Amino acid sequence: MSVEATARQPQPLFISGNEAVAWGARLARPHVIAAYPITPQTVVIERLAEWVAEGKLDTEFLHVESEHSALSACMGASALGARTFTATSSQGLLYMAECLQYASGGRFPIVMMNANRALALPWNIYGDQQDSLAVLSSGWIQIYIEDAQEALDMTIQGFAIAEHAEVLTPVMLNLDGFVLTHTYEPVDVPAQADVDAFLPPFRTPSKMSLEAPTSMGFTAGPAHYTEFKVQQHRAILRAERVASDVDQEFGRRFGRSYGGAVVPYRCEGADVVLVTLGSVAGIVRETVDRLRARGVAAGMLKLRFMRPFPEREIVQALSTARSVGVLEKDVSFGHQGAVFSEVASALAGSAARPALLNFVAGLGGRDISRDDVEQMFAELQGATVQPLRERVRFVGVNSNG
Amino acid sequence: MAEAARLKLALSDDELFLGHKACAGCGGSLAVRLALKVLGERTFAVLPAGCMSAVGFLYPQLAFGCNAIISTFAGTASMMSGIAAAARALKLRDYHVVGFAGDGGTADIGLQALSGAIDRRENFIYICYDNEAYMNTGVQKSGLTPFGARTTTSPVGRQAAGARSRKKDIFEIVAAHGIDYAATASVAHAHDFIRKVERARTTVGTSFLHVLAPCPTGWGIETSETLEVARGAVDCGVWILAEYEAGHYRINKTPRRFKPVADHLATQKRFAHLGKADVAVIEKERDSRWARLRRLAGEASARR
Repeated sequence: MSVEATARQPQPLFISGNEAVAWGARLARPHVIAAYPITPQTVVIERLAEWVAEGKLDTEFLHVESEHSALSACMGASALGARTFTATSSQGLLYMAECLQYASGGRFPIVMMNANRALALPWNIYGDQQDSLAVLSSGWIQIYIEDAQEALDMTIQGFAIAEHAEVLTPVMLNLDGFVLTHTYEPVDVPAQADVDAFLPPFRTPSKMSLEAPTSMGFTAGPAHYTEFKVQQHRAILRAERVASDVDQEFGRRFGRSYGGAVVPYRCEGADVVLVTLGSVAGIVRETVDRLRARGVAAGMLKLRFMRPFPEREIVQALSTARSVGVLEKDVSFGHQGAVFSEVASALAGSAARPALLNFVAGLGGRDISRDDVEQMFAELQGATVQPLRERVRFVGVNSNG
Repeated sequence: MAEAARLKLALSDDELFLGHKACAGCGGSLAVRLALKVLGERTFAVLPAGCMSAVGFLYPQLAFGCNAIISTFAGTASMMSGIAAAARALKLRDYHVVGFAGDGGTADIGLQALSGAIDRRENFIYICYDNEAYMNTGVQKSGLTPFGARTTTSPVGRQAAGARSRKKDIFEIVAAHGIDYAATASVAHAHDFIRKVERARTTVGTSFLHVLAPCPTGWGIETSETLEVARGAVDCGVWILAEYEAGHYRINKTPRRFKPVADHLATQKRFAHLGKADVAVIEKERDSRWARLRRLAGEASARR
């Protein structure tokens, strides 16, 4: 079956974050899509299934019986050198946990969208980042998306990064559940021919082929295991440079680029900086503008990549800040937010020793308001270096709760 | 005869599974070796965590002559599905996708993925080599451990006398999906097994083979007794050679008279503790299974 290549949409399409991911996946022409439905990811795979049904997308769409099988099937396909895509969320991501490590250890360049959603118990279908941050060490490149256009563009870029010969590491694209997955925005949809030119078919010598049979996914004992893991670690570190190159090339071709693993906003000369990730960056940016208009030297540092972790860029961007807050939608129970730990660890090696505060907010989809963010900056302005456990703030919590 | 000649031609002298570290007398490795002789070099083999992956994939000593990959324990059928999908998408020609999973990897942890794959009618051959316990981890009870068998997790003590559950009937579970082809087999009946692999090879859609593969270590038999004991299971009727195809069951071998179950059990240390009452339970289960399968196969009243 041949599929007619779509031209660039003359007008931006008014689509949701989920649909933007689906468009990105469609334009990347994956050979195999294996997926299992879970709220709030479902629209991604519904659109892809519709396009397959309508003959607009030529792919093998596998209706698997679990998320574990979804990723397992993607690995099988990837082992033959096929381009593969899947999408999941929350409980599904954790049900995949074994396969996450398997895919990165096997160096299968799968691209997966994760709709960031709270974890049970208590059950909750709304957005927070507990799911993906719980699997931060699974060996996947982790990208956090702010808006629908970035979702489409990064799905395409994701394949270019994952499949790069020096990387060969799976990519997880994280979109805040509902806030981003279900919000409609105008999105520019590029022409298939332009995407094809940017993202040629995946070619790799590391695969099972009928011409040169090989064994994959094998066992390595104590004498060899470490060397494989060191290679894996070096490969994901190389993704930092590769992702930057891919983004610049994407910018040259499509007129949009996203500026690397971190995006500082008015951080130069800032006294107080709020570090955050995902869709909440929009409201933080607005707050920074309001505070700047009032003469407060506020800034924001948006993290786009959590793995590989942009330590150097973070230290550089925060070099002048007196106090730094980290706003995130998760907590590592018994300690602090996972992102805060990473940022604090990065700053421990820098000359600047800012006061640090961790704002844990938005759990289970609770709204993060402008007032909340202003309050965070107010706390940062008065912040002094605090003992460890006193640095964590649960935002907007009912004090009796 | 004509069929035998044809099958002989289908068998290769090439060894596609050699230099592995399986124990002497391993029934599982025999099943893998024979099946690959039928399927040939243009095969993608998937093996989950288990005996055959443990003995065949220790880097840098890799024992498969065809493409082969270890899947997650639960993921044999799902990884096979991905390989089959990629092979279609990449327009490969003239190849087979085969899985070799043990009893636990099939009937316990891998059952969900197997069920989904049969439901999708994936074009592949799934071979369960059944040594009736988790042998790779040191003989623990699985869903296919037979009644009465001693394992390290179904030990014999004052309160217990080996496994108390009946063996899941994975052949009928698979057949109930309406699979394209399913069969039981035994490493002791090599010709029958080879014929069934050949049948699976030419089947369009999903095939499932359930092959009895004794484990000397776990069963408490001599390494030279693997085939004898496997044959004994068929002769006393506790293992039935059968097929399911296009909605029909067929029994391939009906002993004129069952040999005594007690004699068969006595060959294996794992059953050494069983008394007459336990043997009676096993005989009753055997008889009801034969009656059911004969009914399904449309045969007349049971013969003894």
